[in-house]
Amino acid sequence: MNLEEYKGVYIYAQQVDNELSSIAFELIGKGKELAKDLGTDVTAVLLGYQVKGLADQLAEYGADRVIVVDDKELEVYRTEPYAHALSCVINEYKPDIMLVGATAIGRDLGPTVSARVHTGLTADCTVLEIGDFPLNPMPGKEQKHNQLLMTRPAFGGNTIATIACPDNRPQMATVRPGVMQKLEPVKGAKAEIIDYNPGFVPNDRYVEILNIIKQTKTTENIMDAKILVSGGRGVGSAENFQMLQELADVLGGTVSCSRAVVENGWKPVDLQVGQTGKTVRPLLYFAIGISGAIQHVAGMEESDIVIAINKDEDAPIFDVADYGIVGDLNKIVPALTAQLKAELNK
Amino acid sequence: MKIVVCIKQVPDTKGGVKFNPDGTLDRAAMLAIMNPDDKAGLEAALRIKDETGAEVTVVTMGLPKAEDALREALAMGADKAVLVTDRCLGGADTWATSSTVAAALKMMEYDLIITGRQAIDGDTAQVGPQIAEHLGLPVISYAEGLTIEGDSVIVKRQYEDRYHEIKAKMPCLVTALSELNVPRYMTPGGIFDAYDEKEVTVWSRADLGENLRDEDMGLAGSPTKIAKASDKVRKGAGEKVVLDPTESVAYIMGKLKEKHVI
Repeated sequence: MNLEEYKGVYIYAQQVDNELSSIAFELIGKGKELAKDLGTDVTAVLLGYQVKGLADQLAEYGADRVIVVDDKELEVYRTEPYAHALSCVINEYKPDIMLVGATAIGRDLGPTVSARVHTGLTADCTVLEIGDFPLNPMPGKEQKHNQLLMTRPAFGGNTIATIACPDNRPQMATVRPGVMQKLEPVKGAKAEIIDYNPGFVPNDRYVEILNIIKQTKTTENIMDAKILVSGGRGVGSAENFQMLQELADVLGGTVSCSRAVVENGWKPVDLQVGQTGKTVRPLLYFAIGISGAIQHVAGMEESDIVIAINKDEDAPIFDVADYGIVGDLNKIVPALTAQLKAELNK
Repeated sequence: MKIVVCIKQVPDTKGGVKFNPDGTLDRAAMLAIMNPDDKAGLEAALRIKDETGAEVTVVTMGLPKAEDALREALAMGADKAVLVTDRCLGGADTWATSSTVAAALKMMEYDLIITGRQAIDGDTAQVGPQIAEHLGLPVISYAEGLTIEGDSVIVKRQYEDRYHEIKAKMPCLVTALSELNVPRYMTPGGIFDAYDEKEVTVWSRADLGENLRDEDMGLAGSPTKIAKASDKVRKGAGEKVVLDPTESVAYIMGKLKEKHVI
């Protein structure tokens, strides 16, 4: 493998039902930063059937080039034809970096493709940057520059590792959705569009899709929520949770709760966060009227931002909150909801 | 019909995460368990065995003590167990791990291979699909339902907002979600059999022979290299303010803007 031949930052532009997933734009946003550090540009790889019309949208979010593989075999996601398409793009165009979303599709496509093209893959990254490997010079060992350094949580979020892929190309990562920032779209921006088709020959690995069943889940999965508005005993009653629901609604979030709330029968156990409930890792966690027992904290401390509201200034929840407000939730929560509504409807 | 289930022994990170006084993870204090997704995969295999009389083999790669997880699988009802263990296989990333497990699978007979979707220590979800790739098999990830129909499997494949009902011809590989089922407990008779009647076959690097290339195994055969690893220091306290309700709202609004939430 001649590493010098591999150039450019590529991202997998995931689409489902011919609609681009948010992660595609997030990856372009991060890709642009990496490309700037490397003095190169960003190519989006768009796979699907009758998807060419989506290329302009990728351009508006910052893609410099879009490689489109458009084929009937790619109408609905199946591992084999998609892995074949992406592997062929990699072998043909030789990217230095290949980013894929850590979605239910990407976490299947990524490993299959990385094994097929024989390179490393780092899963569920939350930080990507360009740097040296090893990080510090070591006697007798070459220090490589301009490497992709991929940082990810492991061990249920209890450890953090930074990983490099110094001797294989492309450097591949799957990236956690919702972590990287999209760029502001530029209306009318255009990208170079390249049509490419490696040819598809169905075999036993082309599985058959018998049915597609879209689900509207009865209870939302709090583990997937980006924003959680979580209530504890301090909320006071099942009826008072309506206040939290309204706050969640205005933010596009989900309501969750502590164990005491489940024990009081105010909310079902599906919504319980903590050691005997679910472990959650949202971008934003509101702990409202939650004292913060260690069992609860174990289930939410990996949240990116924790805002706690509690009338007891000694509540242990304040020890893990980024922003703690000592006050009356019955006054603060409705006022906050009203303020957010006004702000977001501007 | 022959089913091979790939399992991993992992430290129990759920419900029993222990920390040292300095905030780092206390691994020694944590129990070693069979990875939950793998256990669901084993249960799925055992249910097929209950219906069809299929033979179920469990395989793991790990330290010698991973034999405990294999014995548990035997006690649940698996027929055979293989432990792939060798010092030179240590430090493997997902490429090297999947290459090694695939090498072991090449020496076994199978119609269906089941792995867990992901292990709770690494959370990568990569090894299952990569094993399938090394063996040239169809892979169906994220199974929340699995049935056998003739020479095919029917899998309920989970996505974020939907599932696909997928039919694949065997041999193939399926990765199981914990939601697939509730695994059975070991029975006293099963535990007796697991230790007295059933064997755990141990394979070293040498036993895998040419099925595994030296350049694809262990730390040296791993394309990904760790640049830095640290136990995450637990989150400390941030700011705490005592304000009247109106000021509180303004304070929270300011933070949400600062953090690009709104």
